[in-house]
Amino acid sequence: MHPAFSVVFFTTATGAGYGLLALLGVLAGLGFVPPDFWLGAIGMGLALGLISAGLLSSAGHLGRPERAWRAFSQWRSSWLSREGVASVATFVPAGLFAIGWVVLGRTEGWVAVAGVLAAVGAVATVCTTGMIYASLKPIAQWHSRFTLPGYLIFSAMSGSVLLNALLHGFAIGSTVLLAGCMLLTLLGWGWKVATWRYNDRLEIPTNANTATGLAGGTVRSLEWPHTEENYLLKEMGFRVARKHKARLRQITQVLAFASPVLLLVAVLALPWPYAAVLSTLAATVQFAGMLVERWLFFAEAKHTVTLYYGR
Amino acid sequence: MSHGQLRGANSAPSQRSLADTRAPDEGDGVDTSPDISDSIAKTTCYMCACRCGIDVHIKDGKVRYINGNKDHPVNRGVLCGKGSAGIMQHYSPARLKKPLLRTGPRGSGEFREIEWEEAFSIATERLSKIRRTDPKKLAFFTGRDQSQSLTGWWASQFGTPNFAAHGGFCSVNMAAGGLYTIGGSFWEFGEPDWDNTRYFMLFGVAEDHDSNPIKIGLGKLKARGAKVVSINPCRTGYNAIADDWIGIRPGTDGLFVFALIHELLKAGRVDLDYLLRYTNAHVLVIQEPNAADDGLFARDSGGNPMAWDRVAKVPVSATNSDAKPALTGNFELDGRRCVPVFQLIADRYLQESYSPDAVAERCGVAADTIRRIAAELAHVAFEQAIELPIAWTDWAGRRHETIKGRPVSMHAMRGISAHSNGFHSCRAIHLLQVLLGTVDVPGGFRFKPPYPRSAPPGPKPAGKDVRPMTPLEGMPLGFVCGPDDLLVDDVGTPIRIDKAYSWDAPLAAHGLMHTVIRNAWAGDPYRIDTLMMYMSNMAWNSSMNTVETMAMLTDSDEAGNYKIPFIIYSDAYYSETVPFADLVLPDTTYLERHDCISLLDRPISHADGPGDAIRHPVVEPDRDVRPFQTVLIELGARLGLPGFVDDDGSAKYRDYADYIVNHERTPGVGPLAGWRGKDGTSTGKGEANPDQLQRYIDNGGFWHHDFADDQRYYKMANRSYLDFAENMGFIPKAEPIVFQLYSEPIQRFRLAARGHGRVLPPEAERSRIETYMDPLPFWYTPFEEAAVDLEKYPLHALTQRPMHMYHSWGSQNAWLRQITSQNRLFVHNRTAAGLGLVDDDWVWIESINGKVKGQIKLVDGVNADTVWTWNAIGKRRGSWGLKDDAAESNRGFLLNHIIGDQTSADANGKRYSNSDPVTGQAAWFDLRVRIVKCAAEEAGFTEPQFERFRQPPHFEPSPDKLSFGAEFRREREAARP
Amino acid sequence: MTCLPAHTDKKLGLVIDLDTCVGCQACVTACKEWNTGGHMAPLTDIDPYGGDADGVWFNRVHSYEHITEMGGRTVNFPRSCLHCETPACVTVCPTGASYKRASDGIVLVDEDKCIGCKLCSWACPYGAREFDTDVGVMKKCTLCVDRIYNDNLAEEDRVPACVAACPTSARHFGDLGDPASAISQLVAERGGVDLMPELGYHPTNKYLPPRANTTRAASVPAPALEPVRAEGGFLGWVDRMLSN
Repeated sequence: MHPAFSVVFFTTATGAGYGLLALLGVLAGLGFVPPDFWLGAIGMGLALGLISAGLLSSAGHLGRPERAWRAFSQWRSSWLSREGVASVATFVPAGLFAIGWVVLGRTEGWVAVAGVLAAVGAVATVCTTGMIYASLKPIAQWHSRFTLPGYLIFSAMSGSVLLNALLHGFAIGSTVLLAGCMLLTLLGWGWKVATWRYNDRLEIPTNANTATGLAGGTVRSLEWPHTEENYLLKEMGFRVARKHKARLRQITQVLAFASPVLLLVAVLALPWPYAAVLSTLAATVQFAGMLVERWLFFAEAKHTVTLYYGR
Repeated sequence: MSHGQLRGANSAPSQRSLADTRAPDEGDGVDTSPDISDSIAKTTCYMCACRCGIDVHIKDGKVRYINGNKDHPVNRGVLCGKGSAGIMQHYSPARLKKPLLRTGPRGSGEFREIEWEEAFSIATERLSKIRRTDPKKLAFFTGRDQSQSLTGWWASQFGTPNFAAHGGFCSVNMAAGGLYTIGGSFWEFGEPDWDNTRYFMLFGVAEDHDSNPIKIGLGKLKARGAKVVSINPCRTGYNAIADDWIGIRPGTDGLFVFALIHELLKAGRVDLDYLLRYTNAHVLVIQEPNAADDGLFARDSGGNPMAWDRVAKVPVSATNSDAKPALTGNFELDGRRCVPVFQLIADRYLQESYSPDAVAERCGVAADTIRRIAAELAHVAFEQAIELPIAWTDWAGRRHETIKGRPVSMHAMRGISAHSNGFHSCRAIHLLQVLLGTVDVPGGFRFKPPYPRSAPPGPKPAGKDVRPMTPLEGMPLGFVCGPDDLLVDDVGTPIRIDKAYSWDAPLAAHGLMHTVIRNAWAGDPYRIDTLMMYMSNMAWNSSMNTVETMAMLTDSDEAGNYKIPFIIYSDAYYSETVPFADLVLPDTTYLERHDCISLLDRPISHADGPGDAIRHPVVEPDRDVRPFQTVLIELGARLGLPGFVDDDGSAKYRDYADYIVNHERTPGVGPLAGWRGKDGTSTGKGEANPDQLQRYIDNGGFWHHDFADDQRYYKMANRSYLDFAENMGFIPKAEPIVFQLYSEPIQRFRLAARGHGRVLPPEAERSRIETYMDPLPFWYTPFEEAAVDLEKYPLHALTQRPMHMYHSWGSQNAWLRQITSQNRLFVHNRTAAGLGLVDDDWVWIESINGKVKGQIKLVDGVNADTVWTWNAIGKRRGSWGLKDDAAESNRGFLLNHIIGDQTSADANGKRYSNSDPVTGQAAWFDLRVRIVKCAAEEAGFTEPQFERFRQPPHFEPSPDKLSFGAEFRREREAARP
Repeated sequence: MTCLPAHTDKKLGLVIDLDTCVGCQACVTACKEWNTGGHMAPLTDIDPYGGDADGVWFNRVHSYEHITEMGGRTVNFPRSCLHCETPACVTVCPTGASYKRASDGIVLVDEDKCIGCKLCSWACPYGAREFDTDVGVMKKCTLCVDRIYNDNLAEEDRVPACVAACPTSARHFGDLGDPASAISQLVAERGGVDLMPELGYHPTNKYLPPRANTTRAASVPAPALEPVRAEGGFLGWVDRMLSN
């Protein structure tokens, strides 16, 4: 699948944003994070900013963005519509929570309820995003049991690493959170490696024989219906060279998982402001790594239409 | 439509509209009944040579849509990939806009626009000087011309013998092979009996002629479960659906067919009765070596060929229907030894050298396969014979209660034609058909009227006597019956610039357009003044040896004058040839013109009846262009050519439409056969009908006559058909047409080579004439294969156009070029592995003539000794309105660059045209190559590259986007409430 | 409305005969030509005369080499929308632009609702949908919904443009939901197959496999030829035959 930057950025940014929003909503709502205007403003700003930037980026991917409002109508059948509904709906408790927590400096009562609802909305939205991909049968790498948990794990991971950076920035870092960040990053690492392993060994019943209805033997593409690349090939026929792929997987592991874990270990041992600097660095590096991961998520996904083209 | 056939070709119950076509009440606001057109014009397609009937839907003066005409005898409603893309041809940005006069060097593309008046006066002045001095200094060659009865007649009235269309490049081996043997031909002149055949053999590339009729026919065979056998090195197109694909080595089809004949003869599986009735198998051939009539037919005092009555044991006239002629034996007539033709056939093809085992390796076909095919042919022909319960009467008045048929049919075209042994290979296939008794019988191969004609047909080529201001005594192209008919001077020098009807190519019934540029450049046999061409891309894909051809077009003498002094070219598009012209006459598109598809030319008849058709303007030109035929008629009038002016010197015809209606070639016979006579009630012959074109338009653009049931088969000997043919003027007299298995006209050339006769070949030509002018078909190694080092050039290289572009200017068509804008060289997997090549590699394709670079694609379905590519995809930069980055000029390649236009020098140092020695058919399938992986830095782009052509004045850059059709929708939606 | 109808009154679709298709591209350009002025007009062509020519087409013909123990065969393969019974391209649509008609089962795009998210093209395993970058919406085969019911066309012309054009009669049209229809019987008789049945889209269109791989293969039960057994060999045989 063509790794369009708009979509790569969208899923990565909203994943991190919703992760952060969910953690803030639960932890602040339940009083684990003290009400502090600047902390709140930056935290909620970052979460909602990432979400909004991601959503805007995805709208940029549309052919007719002015009609985007129509996407809220088909929630009964469409995960994309559900994502639209969930993302917008989440803004309501998230906004209330931001007012209560950041502006009013409160963490209890309706603010806590709003926080938890925002968290629920965030998780739900990430689920819908994951399901958009997981539900697509023509793309076996996505239509697997790894996709939805992956989206949730990466969201929680990048959200927690962001929150850790935020708290350390305000010199109120939490070792428990730090430990959680490391665990989630290791979990994400493991999940990604397992996903790759699974995908590399994937054997699917769909092949050039079933695609053409020609039973038995081998079916080899002789001539395409067009000699130059068309929409199908540009959109779904993207291929990444094997060597290139291996390199990018290494980069993903270094940036998204290994470096953040090492940096976070260092954070454990270092005082403020070094801990803050390294925590921020960990979050930044991980975000860059997740962009690479998401690029690969698309680039390595093989759509069945490529069978018609012998790709 | 005829004989119980449905109107539409694809009207099976599963191809019809829904039983209830009322739109369901879906409530989704879809307009299920949009208005389509303001009017529908029924005319004739020109996207290739097939000439299908089309319905052109016009909306707001624009072409909305084109579909096939269901009533039309050629396509019966279907339309091919080209036909449906006609809109893009019509609206092409490469259309010429105004007459052009060259301003820069030839080949640069620098022109200035001129008015038509100036164009006419330049041409008239030049041509009238030629006509006053030496008319043959005008060489007039047309390309895929569908008006040859006009263009040829124009040349004849001008007085130049130097006329032909592109048949010499394309089809003459098939035309001549057929017309000299059975008086008809595969090509478009006949067709399998698709409704009755049970076994169909298809030889070689045949996607060119006839496009849709063959496809419709193949569909019928498939629906009926008939067996399809294809003999073709490439498993593409029609071969993909064959039950048996025989991946033969190129150029060996004749040998393969002889092996089939060998097997059939050996097993006694030939139709002796058919041979006796319809062929010259029983005619006695004189066997007196060294005599002046050796190998000619024994004739009686009246000149009739003789046979031997095996019962009465006396010589009889071969046409005596009561005789019992012998087919074998040795007889003495007036003290001279004679044998029947059939004895010679048996003697030759029963030789072991023609056995399956002897030919298998050479053909690349297992001997067992050959034996199996022979057995299948025999089985279907003789065990599955069919009889139609229709009584008919033969030429001799014998009544037959049924029509008997042998349901084996064959078709062959390009794959046989384009080899230097194609004429004899074609004759071999006809021989096979006739031995099986399958020509013009139910289930067999059928003639389309006006064929059959006598073998060969009557008129001989004119041009022996070329004089200033004098028309030729006939048409420039015709059929020679012996050396006396050749167009050579006293020492054997060709009279025609293309050397047609000379010792180089005695039976050149279509001329040799492919030799004109070289001969004119070399002044061999003489220099010309003006080369006038129409619709033929001679500076690119319609020439062999393109690189040198372009150089010859631009070469000048010491004085700086072009060696070909003046070139006039008419084309509708900015093709690769336009920039080489001095004067460009812009033609219209096919939707803007009148045309006639005439029985005098290449008709659109059906085996069940003759037909012809017209084109008429459907839309008005938006440019200052004129139909070439109208221009030619005006030029004829300005030159004062007899036939083009009235007695007072005024123009006889207003334009081509006027000519179509009012011209009479012989009294009562004009370009169109339908609705003749003042009141339109005559058919075939009759006075001009001023209303004729309207009658055609009212009838859907065509005329078609349906045969009575008893006229449909055995046309070569069918009394009722022959009478009809005589009445229509197809044949001079209602006499039977005898298939010439042994060709006496060809033997006459052989005798000349032995020194007999009035017109003798120069000494140096004698052994070539002796060898190739064999009265019975034989096989020889194609010339290039025989001449080159096969170790060095181990592969055959073929080129064919894709079906969606055959005979069309496909590459500049915005839709068709999206399907194919880069051609690959297809290489067998095994062959590639042996050469260390993998898919998508870039290779040099090298022949003795040069090298060209392209990208390969590995395949399984090709003869392993053969590589091939799609032809004419490669385009020169600056042509056809294509942008500089177009794949056609960057990655597409033209194999023509490396196909030689001459043979290697013979023992006398003479180089002949790279052509069949009998007919002069260009032998572009003889090419031998090697392929070599190119260096890494050479990959990704084709070579050779040529300088980009400048664009003519007022040529807009082609658009970056096409939204064709958006306007129809806008208008529709605006009109909705 | 992107929920699928529980039931469609008809299942209109195409049947494509791979045994007969010669790959001539007639259906391809006939489709392009009709539809570029039809319901989804235009079928925009980007860079039509340049190096990146890329247009919208509803019907494409591939060719393949199918190699089995029985030998190799070239197969021409037209590919277009299969008007599936459970088309995910419809259910994934967030706006209701993609829909399946309850009356005849045709899958359509309502362009006015399409936001151009392209998800439907991802959800289609067959590559049936092509995006018009100029208009910004997804386009696809309409089964010529503006032909098959069109009162402005003669009744006999109310078939999809691709079927009308096909010179070899390799394309068929009708109601595949009616087992008695000619097209359903053709499918039954010829063993028509679904493409990628394992994905569960239940395509309406069917493909008829090449007969070479089936028991339908045309064969001629011809005994091997034997040399004539007459005195004098073949020539003797000729004499004997003529004397009879």
